[in-house]
Amino acid sequence: MLADRDRIFKNLYGLHGWDLKSARARGAWDGTKAILEKGRDAIVNEVKASGQRGRGGAGFATGLKWSFMPKQSERPHYLVVNADESEPGTCKDREIMRHDPHLLIEGCLIAGCAMGAHTCYIYIRGEFMRERERLEAAVQEAYDARLIGKNNIHGFDFDIIVHHGAGAYICGEETALLESLEGKKGQPRLKPPFPANMGLYGCPTTVNNVETIAQVPDIMRRGAAWFAGIGRQNNTGTKLYCISGHVERPCNVEENMGIPLRELIERHAGGVRGGWNNLLAVIPGGSSMPLVPAGPDQADTLLMDFDGCREKKSALGTAAVIVMDKSADIIKAMTRISYFYKHESCGQCTPCREGMGWMWRVLTRMAEGRAHKREIDMLWEVTTQIEGHTICAFGDGAAWPVQGLLRHFRPEIEKRIDQYTANPHSEPVAMAAE
Amino acid sequence: MTKLVVDGREIDVPPEYTLLQACEAAGAEIPRFCYHERLSIAGNCRMCLVELVGSPKPVASCAWAARDCRPGPKGEPPEVKTRSPMVRKAREGVMEFLLINHPLDCPICDQGGECDLQDQSMAYGIDSSRFVENKRAVEDKYLGALVKTSMNRCIQCTRCVRFITEVAGVPELGAIGRGEDMEITSYLETALHSELQGNIVDICPVGALTSKPYAFTARPWELNKTESIDVMDALGSAIRIDTRGSEVMRILPRTNDDINEEWISDKTRHVVDGLRTQRLDQPYVREHGKLRPATWTEAFKAVAAKLAQTNPKRMGAMVGDLAAVEEIFALKDLLTRLGVSNLDCRQDGSALDPAWGRATYLFNATIAGIDAADALLIVGSNPRKEAAILNARIRKRWRTGRFPIGLIGAKADLTYPYDYLGAGPETLADITRHSFADNLRKAERPMVLVGAGAFARADGGALASLAAKAAIDLGAVKGGWNGYCVLHNAASRVGALDLGFVPGRGALSARQMAAYGTLDLLFLLGVDEIEIPRGAFVVYIGTHGDRGASRADVVLPGAAYPEKSAIYVNTEGRVQMATRASFPPGDAREDWAILRALSDILKHRLPYDSLSELRQALFKAHPHMMRIGQIAPGDPADIEKLAERGGTVEKAPFGAGIVDYYLTNAIARCSAVMAECSAIAGGRTNMTAAE
Repeated sequence: MLADRDRIFKNLYGLHGWDLKSARARGAWDGTKAILEKGRDAIVNEVKASGQRGRGGAGFATGLKWSFMPKQSERPHYLVVNADESEPGTCKDREIMRHDPHLLIEGCLIAGCAMGAHTCYIYIRGEFMRERERLEAAVQEAYDARLIGKNNIHGFDFDIIVHHGAGAYICGEETALLESLEGKKGQPRLKPPFPANMGLYGCPTTVNNVETIAQVPDIMRRGAAWFAGIGRQNNTGTKLYCISGHVERPCNVEENMGIPLRELIERHAGGVRGGWNNLLAVIPGGSSMPLVPAGPDQADTLLMDFDGCREKKSALGTAAVIVMDKSADIIKAMTRISYFYKHESCGQCTPCREGMGWMWRVLTRMAEGRAHKREIDMLWEVTTQIEGHTICAFGDGAAWPVQGLLRHFRPEIEKRIDQYTANPHSEPVAMAAE
Repeated sequence: MTKLVVDGREIDVPPEYTLLQACEAAGAEIPRFCYHERLSIAGNCRMCLVELVGSPKPVASCAWAARDCRPGPKGEPPEVKTRSPMVRKAREGVMEFLLINHPLDCPICDQGGECDLQDQSMAYGIDSSRFVENKRAVEDKYLGALVKTSMNRCIQCTRCVRFITEVAGVPELGAIGRGEDMEITSYLETALHSELQGNIVDICPVGALTSKPYAFTARPWELNKTESIDVMDALGSAIRIDTRGSEVMRILPRTNDDINEEWISDKTRHVVDGLRTQRLDQPYVREHGKLRPATWTEAFKAVAAKLAQTNPKRMGAMVGDLAAVEEIFALKDLLTRLGVSNLDCRQDGSALDPAWGRATYLFNATIAGIDAADALLIVGSNPRKEAAILNARIRKRWRTGRFPIGLIGAKADLTYPYDYLGAGPETLADITRHSFADNLRKAERPMVLVGAGAFARADGGALASLAAKAAIDLGAVKGGWNGYCVLHNAASRVGALDLGFVPGRGALSARQMAAYGTLDLLFLLGVDEIEIPRGAFVVYIGTHGDRGASRADVVLPGAAYPEKSAIYVNTEGRVQMATRASFPPGDAREDWAILRALSDILKHRLPYDSLSELRQALFKAHPHMMRIGQIAPGDPADIEKLAERGGTVEKAPFGAGIVDYYLTNAIARCSAVMAECSAIAGGRTNMTAAE
């Protein structure tokens, strides 16, 4: 269990003030100037040494990502903070912006310095009205205190612009976010060129998650060794976990990486409703990750970090743990997730645009049992036809939950089909799912 | 150069090449829908996926540059596989996705037989569908008189959106909605305001956008394809005329990077129905004030009778906008034999004179030269209406950046921004003192584009001199670069000027010939743009019952441009040969043959019995006509001489040029499609709903 002194987000629950004074009392903005004076390379190396991996879902090494920014360039550099937190089940960045916005702002300054970016855009999700107000107020405080802005006390000119999105899931994809930020339709760009080379307005850009950036000041203050000492090798540091679903007390909690799932749920969320044995399945990383079923080799031994989840053929994603107990209709649950992805597909490229609707429609029938068993294999093939063939990772993220279902609950689907075949008209059946 | 291994074959390609281009260079065929070499890269159809060894996922070859490929672990060149099982599976998957919501109504689809989706599904499709859900239905959109939509068939490749936005420059198409609800639309259900909209039918890889006038008329395999040259403007765009029997069914563009790349304007494409209506298919003779059908002999005799009574000084001839070089040559030959020197090909009253030298009336920089130019001054022209394809070329150059454009003349939406310098000749006279002039002086290859309309006024000669002077002062004419460009709007004009079809010394010009009481006998070779007053006996050789024919006393039916093999010289001075695709209707004959037969009756027999003999005579007199596809460049010194001529210019501003783009010649005026386009463009119709 994470010791209180190792917590980064000390005001995660909003028990204290969010404002600059309170944040300072908790240690924010302490010695920032000294950190910046270490210089660009030192910051990047420190973050590299900490082993921090991106907290937005893909888990790409943060320091490595920053080092891709060109050292010298005639074009301006940009830091873009991805606060378009839309992954179902995820609500960690929201809490940071509500209760600890100064950690984020300080992180922006340090990260900006590390990549030579004098301008930072925070792209905040459309539905986050209050969070935007809070963040804007905090940014204003920072400007007023000359912590950021031109000729600030840190000696590194730095502007932060909070940009409000319109609430499309796909705008959380980094290149779609950049398109949206430029005022265009939020559709992912082709890569390469990568944003570090051709990003916002064609200039070198790095896009980072809110949590990633907000952790940076503490990494710099306490040192890479401290951060690297928490968690496991290659999965270092602390992480905000969002636990929702069939648990006694759904919550957000900061814990060390690699905490066993069972411990996480039982210690912080009051355990699975009806006890651990009542667990049906868990989605460890937000709706786009494959589920992990209950069982001795599965959820029982799942370690909540990047590699631990990968061992169970899932992924940590945003660490949004969605717990389902045995009362859940797992097929219907995945159908609903599938509907979400059908609705949020941007429609740009073929496999995703056409495949999402197909998957959802087949699943809708399967949830009723109104399907053929051969369609289970067909559905699997459809998911593999989407996966890896699209412009962005949305296609993968939409195919994986369905793959998780088929991988672990095939008997359940077959049972449902058998039931329906045996007695198809016991009661009125909802027709064509349109 | 970057080394790549494509399907085991090692090739060297420029690093900026995409994998798709590299694969094609290596001889591998890559299927594609969204990729189009003249549009920006969208990478959205995912059909062109290839395997890049070392990459876990297949990559879209259209969007992946050769320089982005990483070499192998031991430094061996990156390896691309286009026929591996992974590629095949990926493409089959994409094809299946494309087809699940595609209506598969090929039997009633106009694209059938020339459909990319149909063709590629033969290679990557499977025989039956696994998709048992309801297919998506999309409402059809109204895009105007030329483009018919069937949006169920759309595969959202966005080629049309990119063409309309990038090439045509009217951002009126776009995609709304998200995911499977994404639709291509014109947003407001209004007609497209582009002279190039017909091209989106060509680039649509499926049958979502088809030609409205051509709907359900023919199948591609029924058509005979003839490669020819367009005469609707002075560019001589490369076209393919598709005929069934003797009827022209449609006109499509051919690729010619020197002129039209692979686009053609809407008038070029959709004038087809004008070739069928109002055709003159037999000779007519005016009796008691009315035209009556006659035989060729009667018509010729009527001409001979009038000729016998007329003094050659009271005779004249004019050449219209669509005439080919051969018939102009024959007409000039005949009239010279008759002792007539009242000849003119400039029915618009232009002052351009072949005596000034060829460089003074050519588009010297050439159309492809626009790509190399780095500053442009447009004088008295609206290139969008006078030569839509050339305007697209200017826009293409402008899109690449660092291309200041200035305009003197009537303001108009040219699809690219420009500095408006002034309306009339006084701005041109003062151009060297204007702040915009620096742009031209600094440029290495500045262009001065003068519309032919600028010379069609009483002070046209002085204006030509002024324009030439401006071009020289601004550095547009210098060693190795001649940026003085005259943009004609008649296909016949440069050819006729080359042949010297202008008044001899002391003879009458077109304006004077069209004045009352100057002539007793007037030959009109397809002249429809000028009013001939009462008095003169008019012999009209032409194709359509338009202004010229209704004024005529004798009508001799000729052949329209798809119906004859003929030479045209475009505004650059490029000699091109059109090919015969069909036959003149009824008793109509090829124009040179009419003149040859007439000369016999007039006792001044022309010394050639066949087209090839005529051409031999033509080539002897004008050797540059022999070099098909080439330009005999003008001498830049002529422009300097022209600049020194001087003269007084009037203050009147330059005219707006072509008033109605869709109705500029007799064929277009006989076309119902062009009439509808004209009505829509002029706001004279209120069509809003998709029919």
